[in-house]
Amino acid sequence: VPTDTRVRRARAAWWNHPAARALAYQALAIGGVIALAWYLIDNTLANLATRRIATGFDFLGREAGFAISEHLIDYSAEDSYARAYVVGLLNTLSVSVLGIVLATIIGVLVGIARLSSNFLVARLATAYVETLRNVPLLLQLMVWYGLLIALPGPRQALEPIAGVFLTGRGLYYPVLAAQPALGAMLALAALGALAALALYRYSRNRQLQTGAPLPLLWPAVVGSVLVPPLIAYLGAGEPLTLDRPELTGFNFTGGGALSPEFAAMLFGLVTYTATFIAEVVRAGILAVSRGQWEAARALGLQPGRTLKLVVLPQALRVIVPPLTNQYLNLTKNSSLAVGIGYPDLVSVANTTINQTGQAIEGITLMMAVYLTLSLAISLSMNWYDARPGRESR
Amino acid sequence: MSTLAWGWMRANLFKSWGDAALTLLALAFLYNVGGAFVSWALIEANWTGTPDECRAAAGACWSAVREKHRFILFGTYTYAEQWRPFAALLVFFGLVLASTWRGLWGRWLVAFWGLGFALMAWLLAGDGSILAIVPNAQWGGLPLTIMLALVGNIVALPMGILLALGRRSDMPAIRALCVAYIELIRGVPLISVLFMASVMVPLFLPEGVTTDKLLRAQIGIILFTAAYLAEVVRGGLNAIPKGHVEAAESLGLGYWRRTLLIVLPQALKIVIPPLVNSFIATFKDTSLVVVVGLYDLLNTTKTALNDPIWRSFFAEGFVAAALVYFIVCFFMSRYSQHLEVALATGRRA
Repeated sequence: VPTDTRVRRARAAWWNHPAARALAYQALAIGGVIALAWYLIDNTLANLATRRIATGFDFLGREAGFAISEHLIDYSAEDSYARAYVVGLLNTLSVSVLGIVLATIIGVLVGIARLSSNFLVARLATAYVETLRNVPLLLQLMVWYGLLIALPGPRQALEPIAGVFLTGRGLYYPVLAAQPALGAMLALAALGALAALALYRYSRNRQLQTGAPLPLLWPAVVGSVLVPPLIAYLGAGEPLTLDRPELTGFNFTGGGALSPEFAAMLFGLVTYTATFIAEVVRAGILAVSRGQWEAARALGLQPGRTLKLVVLPQALRVIVPPLTNQYLNLTKNSSLAVGIGYPDLVSVANTTINQTGQAIEGITLMMAVYLTLSLAISLSMNWYDARPGRESR
Repeated sequence: MSTLAWGWMRANLFKSWGDAALTLLALAFLYNVGGAFVSWALIEANWTGTPDECRAAAGACWSAVREKHRFILFGTYTYAEQWRPFAALLVFFGLVLASTWRGLWGRWLVAFWGLGFALMAWLLAGDGSILAIVPNAQWGGLPLTIMLALVGNIVALPMGILLALGRRSDMPAIRALCVAYIELIRGVPLISVLFMASVMVPLFLPEGVTTDKLLRAQIGIILFTAAYLAEVVRGGLNAIPKGHVEAAESLGLGYWRRTLLIVLPQALKIVIPPLVNSFIATFKDTSLVVVVGLYDLLNTTKTALNDPIWRSFFAEGFVAAALVYFIVCFFMSRYSQHLEVALATGRRA
């Protein structure tokens, strides 16, 4: 019987081949995106031409012509748009960085408080988290701002803490001013700290070798930290003086001042983001298994040291990625400043767009800055998370 | 005092000296801050007075909210027709309540939502014969807030699913496009997307085509939400064991049938709780449309209390609006937590 032993390879048509199809789909997708972009750009150029709107980033060099109420670097209405953008960016950065630091501190405390065995403390923390996190941030900012500017004027200023004045025009607080003695004191303090460190190292080595630490180690360490600055103080006088705000005429001078806009932004961002950070911290601590607590307890560690030495280091692995997200959220949420008149990047960009009509450039610039900020925060947090000794076990 | 209560207090409030100190601190805080708020909001408050009577009272002036509640809830919607947005709200909350009953989940519920949605649109917009037409420039308050969030999520969900599938695709060009879109949007604040939608969309469209403010803001919210939903859906897709895909492949199912019949139904079920959370986030985020001049609940509240007679009682208005946001968000988030437990069938390690 003649049999054809050659197995005929089933050959599909080339257009049914997965690779060919994949290529076609991708070409189609890219083509579609390009066509869409082409269409939009074409329309935009036509519209810009009929509306006689200029294109390009030349406007950045021109005089801005508007004042900005808060600026960390010198700025006046005669400066360029580029400088106005930088002023806005610095305002965004200052409120974000300060906000991230404060929100982390409050968030960690509240997150731990929610897990407290103390009924009242746990309930208070829960009430705080649930209330603030379920109300839009912009509403909260408007309330804080409204309350701050409704405060009495400088002459009837509230003084909740001695030296700190709350007025409808801002918050005034004492600052430390450096005196000539500061340099000498810092130098002596540094020497003292180095000596303390050396003592501690020596004692630790000794303990490792002989089992017994240096006698009177802690008094010696504390003494070497405290005594040199004390000598400097006795010899050269006060290193720092308190510069208090004083009411002169209609307003306060001296000391430090926060505008109501900045104070409302900072307070609103911190109290809002702290609720989310508290949840992140709580989830991270809960992710550490009970056995870890019990083992630490069996070793005789106090609850506080258990948290610090055993639980938090492990919880951090769970906490860092979502914490990064909250930092990003806080930075992006600082853009709500435009709602209460704090001159952040978005406000400056908005004014620029209204004046020049160059919406595309203005918005592109704004988005590029936020993207860069987001990327920078993500990268630095990834770097922190990837440091040696933090890999998961 | 009974021994039981005393024992409870010993265990929960006064376990140690430090604990007792914390309890006292918390009590002091509660008395000072909580007590002051209660006295302001309830005890010393004026509920029905004129502005002058309010100013004389030491507490809150709820008559400001009472006086302005129609504007706060419905904005500039034609006053005589305001029963329509109210009815639309009832339809919405009815649908939400019905959806919390899992016995109803299925095709019918989707159909109900479709019908309810058409009903709400008809109530708000009118048709010119039975209901007079109310242009959307007049829509405002709570219905607008809900509509922006609802439409934003419903339209963004299919986009999000496609983006999530694209991000997990084997085709590098598709993957790159999806990743670029998702990360670009997630890297910028919503305000910038709203600004883009409000000033750039008119430039993008050919001459003669006009869009209204509401549509532009809605487009901005949809584009923004889609990127976040994509990440939510991707979480669900990642949770489906590879074996399911391989089993479907060995049965000879192609990509789309595999995805639509096997992977997506399971993945979407897993992500229902985070989808509810995303809706909550969008609901709060719609308050940003203030910056492009729409009258959502926050903006109507702000505008209502700009009235010189009632201006000094702005805090009362914001507290009332905050209460509305809080009720909606709090109960939805509780429900989503409940779902998370209820839906976790067979996925417990």
